Amino acid sequence: MSAPLIDFDEVIANFDPVLGLEVHVELGTASKMFCGCATEFGAEPNTQVCPTCLGLPGSLPVVNGTAVESAIRIGLALNCSIASWCRFARKNYFYPDMPKNFQTSQYDEPICYEGYLDVDVETDEGTRTFRVEIERAHMEEDTGKSLHVGGSTGRIHGADFSLVDYNRAGIPLIEIVTKPLEGAGKYAPEVAKAYVGALRELLRGLGVSDVKMEQGSLRCDVNLSLRASPDAPLGTRTETKNVNSLRSVERAIRYEMQRQAALLTDGTAIIQETRHWHEDTGVTTSGRVKSDAEDYRYFPEPDLVPVAPSAEWIEQLRSQLPEPPAERSKRLREEWGISEKEMQSVINAGALDLVLATIAEGADPAASRKWWLGELARRANDEGVELESLAITAQQVADLEGLVQSGRLNDKLARQVIDGVLAGEGEPAAVADSRGLQIVSDDSALLEAIKAAIEADPDAAQKIRDGKVAAAGALVGSVMKATKGQADAARVRELVLQELGQ
Amino acid sequence: MSAISRDDVAHLASLARIELTEQELNDYAGQLDVILTAVASISEVAADDIPPTTHAVPVVNVFRDDVVTPSLDRDSVLDHAPAAEDGRFRVPRILDEE
Amino acid sequence: MSDLIHASAVELAAQIANKTVSAVEVTQAHLDRIVEVDGRVNAFLHVDGDGALEQARAVDHAVASGQALSPLAGVPLALKDVLTQTGVPTTAGSKILEGWRPPYDATVVERLRNAGVVILGKTNMDEFAMGSSTENSAYGPTHNPWDLDRIPGGSSGGSAAAVSAYEAPLAIGTDTGGSIRQPAAVTGIVGAKPTYGAVSRYGLVAFSSSLDQAGPFARTVADTALLHSVIAGHDPRDSTSIKEPVPDVVGAAMSADVSKMRIGVVRELSGEGYQPGVQARFDEAVELLRAQGAEIIDISCPSFTYALGAYYLIAPSECSSNLARFDAMRFGLRTDDNGELSAEDVMRHTRAAGFGPEVKRRIILGTYALSSGYYDAYYGQAQKVRTLITRDFEAAWASVDVLISPTTPTEPFRIGERVNDPVAMYKADLCTLPSSLYGGPAISVPIGLGDENLPVGLQVMAPVMADDQVYRVAGAVEKALAQQWGGLLLDQAVAL
Repeated sequence: MSAPLIDFDEVIANFDPVLGLEVHVELGTASKMFCGCATEFGAEPNTQVCPTCLGLPGSLPVVNGTAVESAIRIGLALNCSIASWCRFARKNYFYPDMPKNFQTSQYDEPICYEGYLDVDVETDEGTRTFRVEIERAHMEEDTGKSLHVGGSTGRIHGADFSLVDYNRAGIPLIEIVTKPLEGAGKYAPEVAKAYVGALRELLRGLGVSDVKMEQGSLRCDVNLSLRASPDAPLGTRTETKNVNSLRSVERAIRYEMQRQAALLTDGTAIIQETRHWHEDTGVTTSGRVKSDAEDYRYFPEPDLVPVAPSAEWIEQLRSQLPEPPAERSKRLREEWGISEKEMQSVINAGALDLVLATIAEGADPAASRKWWLGELARRANDEGVELESLAITAQQVADLEGLVQSGRLNDKLARQVIDGVLAGEGEPAAVADSRGLQIVSDDSALLEAIKAAIEADPDAAQKIRDGKVAAAGALVGSVMKATKGQADAARVRELVLQELGQ
Repeated sequence: MSAISRDDVAHLASLARIELTEQELNDYAGQLDVILTAVASISEVAADDIPPTTHAVPVVNVFRDDVVTPSLDRDSVLDHAPAAEDGRFRVPRILDEE
Repeated sequence: MSDLIHASAVELAAQIANKTVSAVEVTQAHLDRIVEVDGRVNAFLHVDGDGALEQARAVDHAVASGQALSPLAGVPLALKDVLTQTGVPTTAGSKILEGWRPPYDATVVERLRNAGVVILGKTNMDEFAMGSSTENSAYGPTHNPWDLDRIPGGSSGGSAAAVSAYEAPLAIGTDTGGSIRQPAAVTGIVGAKPTYGAVSRYGLVAFSSSLDQAGPFARTVADTALLHSVIAGHDPRDSTSIKEPVPDVVGAAMSADVSKMRIGVVRELSGEGYQPGVQARFDEAVELLRAQGAEIIDISCPSFTYALGAYYLIAPSECSSNLARFDAMRFGLRTDDNGELSAEDVMRHTRAAGFGPEVKRRIILGTYALSSGYYDAYYGQAQKVRTLITRDFEAAWASVDVLISPTTPTEPFRIGERVNDPVAMYKADLCTLPSSLYGGPAISVPIGLGDENLPVGLQVMAPVMADDQVYRVAGAVEKALAQQWGGLLLDQAVAL
């Protein structure tokens, strides 16, 4: 089911994209939004439920104060105004994963409103800052999870029945909605990705959520419409769900732009609908048609009383906010003497906190970055996990770097130590010991190996004596092989040349 | 306030997930019309600048601490489910996308 | 032993505490009474004989071991089937919950248990508390013990009838628009609606969340006050629960001193639609209060005439949302699950089969009142009218301490008489609706018989959180009439 697409450059030549992003953050509170059930990920189904989150007759909600505090902190970090008085509202609709068949959310009185987040994007003219305006951030509750059984894809279509687990029902969510994002032009995909990435960093820095997109604690819906030009009225927008990574955000926007442009160029109207992103095939498919907009019959939640944060409380929370990520990045960038692009790579890899933690354990900034963005990022990518999920800590990376600095290991040997640490063999030093990994730094041992190599390859040796020092490479290679890579290649080369009179 | 028709009732019944018979659709349309007429008197009240009341006693900021409290025993929950399987509630096939 | 069923709760508690009689004997006497009369009254949906006797034994054990007892220990009680009780069938008068046994107790039930009150069983009610006659129950109507062809009021008709028929000295009902007070009035007993938020709603199957309130029934004002004091009080599991301490309702009921009170008679709650006998009994009761030293003042509350309109928009709106959870997915009735039909269809069919016509009507009405394009004119407007009604009450408190009116405009009507005329049915609540919308406390106390020789009640309304005041005035009325009658109004009923 592949829809026709128009080449991206042609899309930009003929259309102006307008974006909207809705991000749902699952808060990392110990208990749920309206009851004391645990929020642990991965518990046995329906073991973290109670009358309230199951919506049993007679049950009542009570608001989690920490969730309110997190909502306010998020709003403050996003430069929002905080409502001095607001209420919860019922959003009424029927769905089997919704125990009450209404969601307790907020409607026309969100706790946070009118904010912004500045994000940097690399453009042809250099780094450009886009101000993403935030319309609102409000509190609501998550739904249960359904497994669709019997169909071929595990998705709803064609399933025979579903099995529902309500452990997730009632977990606190903060929904953050942007205002329509205009003026991004051809950078729309990058701006969207940068926004979600920056938002993720900000939330991580606040400590309100573990923001793992692959686990669903950060969810993103992307809205996109096209119009003929920035002066034209807004076009019909689609909403795309199942965008589960930063990469998907960028790809989904790009795809939708191309798909919608193809339809519009062909004279076909865009259907206002919800679409589903498929990361594997790189396409969106049609979901529920939204043209007959569901009437949610919102009204203020009568089982709850208003939330009225005092000015004192808000100021106290504001004074305790961590350094805003943008400022922190700028400061670190300057301290480390790296470019904005390099800094962005660190952030996009989700590595900033890990790098800082490694530095805190004694490693120098450049080395910390090298390990996390290089070898470890590669391994995380191979395993399909986020960096912080790797079985190696900042402490261990710092220790590893220490072993390299002290001359015990070179990079090649260090990578083998990483293998061991990830496999659970123990701390870096212990792994190096048990695997017998050690640079040979004793010159006399090296000279023995060098002499053996010279004897074995007289031609190369002669070339070197004649001044062709490039031939040293072959001899160095033999020595490295003989020492199982545990020699310092630079030192070997020095000694080879010295030995042969160079 | 306008009269409520059989089609209006059908639409509302659909929103409320209740299957009504043709007889019921017509009966309710008539009865609801009568009721709406009876309640129509409230529209006489000039209330533009009157704030709504949603709670009798104006309390704000009722919160609980973020501590975990015991959940229900799963058996006690699933024993009364219309259908259950593998520790989950078993429900018929769902048509609407979430 | 049959005297045990005619004793008051206060008397029974005293006899149990001083070992004149055992709690088991008291409970057994009431279980026997239920067997004797409930076939005709149909007050009970479920009698928990074993559970009741077990609770009674526990009280006797406490007495024997010299433990301090609560003032109602060992006294039997009938519980409206709208409150959850672990492992005991709870139907809310509906087919959609037939057989459902909740996995948790309502807070009210917990408090009753902690006080050693013996819960005999669950009583009949209008389905999901929607009605004024108990004819909307899916399990058949309850019959008024005064005249079995008459309604016992609603929606707490089963609880009221149980007390009126001497099946229990105490009962718990719930009142959303008058559902305790009106049944109390038409069955000749006392029933009170506490200030909204005074009694926890945790475990109360919700009808209209901003109006529902559980409350006490008994045959005397003192018993009613005692029960009120046991169930009231802050509950952290209910966000709308009041934190202020429970007023001294028992002390007020005992003192019954109205000599310095200013009592307002609500002008708008009389006239057309009010039976002459009802009006006459009310006027006589007013004179009694005056004779006891109260100052009687005529008060106009013009917004009260809009109470019916506001209520029949707010309550259905909230209930349309509260009843959405009955969808055949997690508990309760599920019909037509043949493996072919979708979840959506099973929901539609189950709700059609499981809800009665009044419930369906109100869900449809509520859905309408909340729908986009109509919210402002209906639900929104109704909430503003609520403010106007509140202002009328607050204006009244500047010149009076309480307001009084008849509890309901007529004596109990015949079963079947109004069941096809919803608006006529709704008018039974005309007097009780204003205080429901305001949230203040109100009580109904028997004041005599009307022209059809059936009970008439007087309603006392007080400021929010001044629950003691309604008990004070009710106590005074009861005391004065007890002197006239030589006992309770109920003594004049023909024995069942």
